[in-house]
Amino acid sequence: MNKTQNNKAWFLVLPVLAIVSLNAIVPLMTVVNYSVQETFGNNLFFFEGVRWFREVLDSERFQDSLLRQFSFTGIILAIEIPLGVAIALSMPKKGIWASVCLVLMSLPLLIPWNVVGAMWNIFALPDIGLLGYTLNAMGFDYNFTRQAISAWFTVILMDVWHWTSLVVLLAYAGLRSIDDSYYQAARIDGASKWAVFLYIQLPKLKHVLTLAFLLRFIDSFMIYTEPFVLTGGGPGNTTTFLSIDLVKSALGEFNLGAAGAMSLIYFLMTLLVCWLFYTLAMRGEER
Amino acid sequence: MARIDLQHLKHSYIENPMVEDDYALKEVHYTWEDGGAYALLGPSGCGKTTLLNIISGLLRVSEGKILFDGKDVTALQPEGRNIAQVFQFPVVYDTMSVHDNLAFPLRNRGVDEDEVKRRVSETLDMLDLTKWSEKKARGLTADVKQKISLGRGMVRSDVNAILFDEPLTVIDPHLKWQLRSQLKLLHKQFGHTMVYVTHDQTEALTFADKVVVMYEGEIVQIGTPEELFERPSHTFVGYFIGSPGMNVLPVNIEGRTARIGGTEFELAGTPELKPGVRTDLGIRPEFIVLGEKGIPVSVQKVEDVGHHKIVRAAIEGQDISIVIGESASVPADPHVVFDRERVSIYADDWRVEMGG
Ligand SMILES: Nc1ncnc2c1ncn2[C@@H]1O[C@H](COP(=O)(O)OP(=O)(O)OP(=O)(O)O)[C@@H](O)[C@H]1O
Ligand SMILES: [Mg+2]
Repeated sequence: MNKTQNNKAWFLVLPVLAIVSLNAIVPLMTVVNYSVQETFGNNLFFFEGVRWFREVLDSERFQDSLLRQFSFTGIILAIEIPLGVAIALSMPKKGIWASVCLVLMSLPLLIPWNVVGAMWNIFALPDIGLLGYTLNAMGFDYNFTRQAISAWFTVILMDVWHWTSLVVLLAYAGLRSIDDSYYQAARIDGASKWAVFLYIQLPKLKHVLTLAFLLRFIDSFMIYTEPFVLTGGGPGNTTTFLSIDLVKSALGEFNLGAAGAMSLIYFLMTLLVCWLFYTLAMRGEER
Repeated sequence: MARIDLQHLKHSYIENPMVEDDYALKEVHYTWEDGGAYALLGPSGCGKTTLLNIISGLLRVSEGKILFDGKDVTALQPEGRNIAQVFQFPVVYDTMSVHDNLAFPLRNRGVDEDEVKRRVSETLDMLDLTKWSEKKARGLTADVKQKISLGRGMVRSDVNAILFDEPLTVIDPHLKWQLRSQLKLLHKQFGHTMVYVTHDQTEALTFADKVVVMYEGEIVQIGTPEELFERPSHTFVGYFIGSPGMNVLPVNIEGRTARIGGTEFELAGTPELKPGVRTDLGIRPEFIVLGEKGIPVSVQKVEDVGHHKIVRAAIEGQDISIVIGESASVPADPHVVFDRERVSIYADDWRVEMGG
């Protein structure tokens, strides 16, 4: 096969390249720029090399919020993915009830982040909120503005409420795409429900669950608005996740160099985890 | 291995069937003998898959009963019926190796591991799959996957019956032939009751002792290939079996006399007809003699199909086909004679017997 070489075609990519560089690369480069410089105001900058990076990585404050961040993301993934699959499995397969369930499931996804935070703030207030009041009336000592445990419980519950639907919708779509003949063959082969899940449903859900995992990982790793509105990062620093910390240091303390370095570390970490997970999940897949 | 009695089965996919046409199966009452090899033949949508699914228990029949060796299994799930079924398109468990795919139905039934090994390796051998044994089923080609599906059906030696639902559709022609002989061999060896669904009449005629022809939710004829060819009991069987199909011409009958348009001729006997029925005459193209005597026809064209020729002609404005020898030619003033013994008369599409 002889194909004519025509490198002019690359020019067609130029507009896309221009747009991408405007909306992604240029802002990123300003962050890179800050992260290697020090300023004392008056728009005077001095080159600092990797000092900010070293400082950020060494600081206890960063390490603590990173640990909190990973714990939070780990917990919500461990809850939302299995729960989402379980709900998708128990939803009706067709008919009016399937549509009703889908609409109900989609509702939380349509609510903006800050509204979710505000809603849960009121919902969880210990004296007047439905959740807070009920828990206290049931004899639990619950106050999310004072106790770290209660605050974590509320933040996690809120995230599960807000985002499990996404996993449900993805898993549901994945399940619907399994041909009936697989279930028929499994019945002929005398497979148990568990075997059907393990050998038919789960393998077919692999792709959508990988997607769900990545979406939920990225999103929860960068979570900001909801916990900020709900707890403001408190009590103390107990729910100060990475991005809350980042905003505090960049805008609250105007520590641009440290914030820039932190942003880059943050960005590279997200990228690394996604890449690792994707590579592992897709290992052994042909094509 | 079992005899399977289907008693007055009717099935509808609609909740409350009102009219006859709401039924995908209209009335099936038949016995599959123990150890028989049956081919189920019929056009698309006639209810073949429905019937198989009812036998295997995937579908709960709307009306009627199913007995295995006299035992009522109508209410049993597939697990309880011990039936193997192979579907039209390959179904494999992607994450398992080929070996484990075949072992799956045995392990689910608690067969001990030595026996599993023995049965699986036998079946792998028979299907020429041994070289794939340790491969994951995902990523294999469609015909290998379909062989795996066949293997899962054949691996269980104690099944009551094996049902094949057009299992060779995705398989290459030369491999098809080979697999079909494997299935015949399997049948000889174990004597399972086998039902084999197909669209393809040659496949049906080579596989089976008995061919069951279905049409619009009913079994219209059951018989050996010769019976289907020589005495089709429904006009559909006439069309469907043989190539070209049987000629079916509207006819008026008075006693022994048949009248097509303005032409009259004598039948071999007196058909037993109820008054008011629609009557047709059926004659296979092979049993018409083209010559200079008999009923005049106008010849439209002659097709040479190799070992014989097909003459397309018209009798009183009705199209007919005639088969003539390869070296025979069409006379200048063509006439035809029907072989009297081979003429069938149909009343409302069903064949009627000739009285003396
Ligand atoms: N799950 C279903 N729900 C409703 N109607 C169905 C269903 N399955 C089949 N039918 C209808 O029942 C009739 C018989 O279908 P069936 O699948 O048994 O035909 P078939 O003989 O196997 O056809 P084919 O040769 O195309 O496989 C068809 O009219 C079909 O539309
Ligand atoms: Mg079918």
